[in-house]
Amino acid sequence: MSKFLAASIGRKFLMSITGLFLVAFIAVHLTLNLLLIFDDSGELFNLGANFMATNPAIKIMEPLLGLGFLIHILWSFYLEFQNWKARPVKYDKKNMSGASSWASRNMLVLGALVMVFLIIHIINFFWVIKFDPHTMSTIVIGGEEMEDTYTLVADLFKGSVAYCFFYILGGLLLGFHLSHGFWSAFQTLGLNNKYWMKRWQAIGYAYAIIVAIGFAAIPLYFLVKF
Amino acid sequence: MADKILKKLNIKVWRQKNASSKGKFETYTIENISTGSSFLEMMDILNNELIEKGIDPIAFDHDCREGICGTCSLYINGRPHGPDTEVTTCQLHMRKFKDGETITVEPWRAAAFPVIKDLIVDRTAFEKILQAGGFVSVNTGGVPDANTIPVAYEDAEESMDAAACIGCGACVAACKNSSAMLFVSAKVSHLAKLPQGQVEAKKRARNMVAKMDELGFGGCTNTGACEVECPKSISITNIARLNREYLVSRLSR
Ligand code: HEM
Ligand code: SF4
Ligand code: FES
Repeated sequence: MSKFLAASIGRKFLMSITGLFLVAFIAVHLTLNLLLIFDDSGELFNLGANFMATNPAIKIMEPLLGLGFLIHILWSFYLEFQNWKARPVKYDKKNMSGASSWASRNMLVLGALVMVFLIIHIINFFWVIKFDPHTMSTIVIGGEEMEDTYTLVADLFKGSVAYCFFYILGGLLLGFHLSHGFWSAFQTLGLNNKYWMKRWQAIGYAYAIIVAIGFAAIPLYFLVKF
Repeated sequence: MADKILKKLNIKVWRQKNASSKGKFETYTIENISTGSSFLEMMDILNNELIEKGIDPIAFDHDCREGICGTCSLYINGRPHGPDTEVTTCQLHMRKFKDGETITVEPWRAAAFPVIKDLIVDRTAFEKILQAGGFVSVNTGGVPDANTIPVAYEDAEESMDAAACIGCGACVAACKNSSAMLFVSAKVSHLAKLPQGQVEAKKRARNMVAKMDELGFGGCTNTGACEVECPKSISITNIARLNREYLVSRLSR
């Protein structure tokens, strides 16, 4: 098995499986986060956040998600390092823009930038909710007392234009990463042929655009409205 | 279209004495080249001039000069086989260049394709991949009758499309990872699609991919550059098939 995961297609298999797992997570994450901009009282989002925080299934998924990120990131560096070694002498003059997309050639750069975003994003919210919850205010919705996650998020965006732009950028970077990553994952898994090529690419672009615009819309909303 | 004359061109070309020497770029000027001449004819004219000046001529690979053997290589102005599409270098013509231009000519760059001399690289690695699985076993004896093994039209078409690969290595040269996946996928596909290829089918993808890795080619990240630069337009859907065959064979064990 370790031989398989070190082989070229095995490396890519792990990238695509973890990548698709992250794609599924991002879809859930975005759906829930959009509640932020559809209810200014914060009630809907707080209910959603509380449901996720207390749901046993999510408790199981949380470490799996961390593992997924970890494997995806570690393997991406391993994979790119192997590929980099395959061309010890570089070309003097390259003209690659006509033959492949910029995103496809810069997946590691895009991924690494997403990773930087991710670290700051975790410090901003996940860390506070998980390890410093006493610093958060609480709110009572429907007779149940819960942490006021809405205020935690809203205050960050209301209080800092810089953070708003940072989060908009994060969404766009992820969108670019997925504009190639989505269909690439299906190609890697062998789930592609001459009919599905165009379809996966179209679905991938649509997903990437929804992710980019969706995530960017949240800070943008706070930036414009407050 | 009448041919024009390119009055002056600068040819910036990689010179390397042998496999172990370091190599560097040299720039030569060449005058009065017809836009109707092929790129390799231009190189021949340049080489004649170099010989007259007592300079070692530039070594480059070529054979059929009709776009079918895959011997000619050359990374020209940042693209394998130069600025034209769906052609080999021998089918590239000087009308694709402008007067006064500096044309950069480099060898294929890949760890698995070491430079032997100037622009010639050693592509034995492709041979080794084929030896690892790019064959079918047949019974000796008389020639079988025609049409004894039925092949569906679709399968025959796909197989023949993949079989168009001439093993030139432009896919490796074009790929940012120096991956040989398009070549390997073409060789796996043209056999996988035919009944004759079924005997070794289970092992073929595995053995060829293992050999490809061992020889130092990179892995595929699906940029698609290979398909665009391939002179025979081999489709990357073949790579999906190779991935499928490989994963099924690895995971079913
Ligand atoms: C956080 C840091 C991340 C890094 C460093 C990273 C890096 C990479 C790299 C280098 C690749 C391989 C390039 C290629 O196959 O073309 C890749 C592929 C991929 N990534 Fe990421 N990524 C990150 C985050 C994400 C996230 C958050 C998602 C999903 C929402 C994601 C989804 C994918 C997908 C679907 C693929 C395609 C797999 C394949 O081509 O087979 N990545 N990533
Ligand atoms: S797949 Fe295309 S580019 Fe690669 S070796 Fe075959 S003909 Fe050349
Ligand atoms: S010399 Fe044979 S293909 Fe160019």
